[in-house]
Amino acid sequence: MSDWWRIFLAVLVWPGLLGGALLGWLFLWITRKIMARLQGRKGPPFYQPFFDFVKLMSKETIVPGGTNRIIFYGLPLVALISVTFALSLIPIPGNPLRSFNGDLILLIYLLEMPALCDILAGFATRSLYAQVGATREAILSLGYNLPFLTALIALAVHAKSSSLREIVAATPSPAIVFVALALLLSVPARLKSNPFSIANAESEIVAGIHTEYNSKPLAIFELVHGLELTALVGLFAVLFLPFAHSLVAALVIYILCALGLIFLTTGLAAATARLKIQNAFSFFWRWGAAAAVLAIVVALIW
Amino acid sequence: MSIQWIDRLSKISRQKSPWVYHVNAGACNGCDIEIGPCFCPRYDAEQMGVLLQGSPKHADILLITGPMTLRTCEAAKDIYAQMPKPKAVVAIGSCPATGNVFAGSPTVLGSVEPSIPVDIYVPGCPPRPQAIMEGIRQAAKLLAEGKTGKKQGISS
Repeated sequence: MSDWWRIFLAVLVWPGLLGGALLGWLFLWITRKIMARLQGRKGPPFYQPFFDFVKLMSKETIVPGGTNRIIFYGLPLVALISVTFALSLIPIPGNPLRSFNGDLILLIYLLEMPALCDILAGFATRSLYAQVGATREAILSLGYNLPFLTALIALAVHAKSSSLREIVAATPSPAIVFVALALLLSVPARLKSNPFSIANAESEIVAGIHTEYNSKPLAIFELVHGLELTALVGLFAVLFLPFAHSLVAALVIYILCALGLIFLTTGLAAATARLKIQNAFSFFWRWGAAAAVLAIVVALIW
Repeated sequence: MSIQWIDRLSKISRQKSPWVYHVNAGACNGCDIEIGPCFCPRYDAEQMGVLLQGSPKHADILLITGPMTLRTCEAAKDIYAQMPKPKAVVAIGSCPATGNVFAGSPTVLGSVEPSIPVDIYVPGCPPRPQAIMEGIRQAAKLLAEGKTGKKQGISS
């Protein structure tokens, strides 16, 4: 296979757009189902996120007055493209793309793009509620990125490489416990789920950042959310679970990791109320930072 | 061929995922209290894919309660105009149909029909949550068939 063909496969089929979207819809459904069961409800059928997406795609799009059309349609597309490329970089089993030196840094940048597009979308649509949401997301991303980025850097320090495949292949060290802790702390904020659902605070600030978004661009933002979930789960499965050489075993491990991570975040979301932005921020810069610094120190010593 | 296939898929999806937005045009809060239980454990409208949305721009179905008043008329029309097509309106309770006990008041316009085209009327004062869910289900069916904008009544 030529390199271009590999990139094409990785970005569009597996683990990129097609596989990522299917898994993302499955994970979104699992999230909603677990939430419903914890609240004593029955919950939606498994095809729900898919039909939500198709329905939104089939509706008329209203571009709010005073908003640039290119920015309005472009931001969700940029978010979609970057999260798809991020997915294709993660060395989950069956990924045809070869790892290269520095792909961890590229992955970090690409994973950051959806949040950045969200913030810009909130400001660009000129709705007061969306602007409040965008401000909150901007502040919160400074919070949750501290443990997230530092933990990934600790892994790179330990493996003495910035290539994902070498990081995965490196012998595990005690630092991995703190790395996992720091990453876990930042996951609910990345997914904007409950104690940290400050940016998209539904009913409090109407619909948050996406207040003015509708139909097709909104559908793409929902898809991006699913892909982000798939990418985070993939990152966890790759970094912390044993590498299986057979494809079936690897897929089972991946799905189990997904279930565990989704159950943790959804359980937390069902059990907690929304934090204030200053509390969430100080949480990340206190406990998140503590876990991340410990991870770096342990990685440097061992 | 493929266009037909996409058409069928979008029809099914409109019926399977009706997102609703709720507006109180001047109700006594009775019908609004009955909408709440639709999304709570006993009735759980999310089984049918119904989600209560915070922004009218995300919604397919407008749930409207209460008679139209002088103060809310413009706001309700504005909210209806903000919803992307195709959209449906479900009028909940007797007030949006006739004005009910508020009819004849100098501050009340009465029925919502002259301002907003209603698709489904759910009768009752207030209607039970089952009836509201039936109204949403029938509105979703109308959305799928592309028949919104014509007056219908539900039998309950």
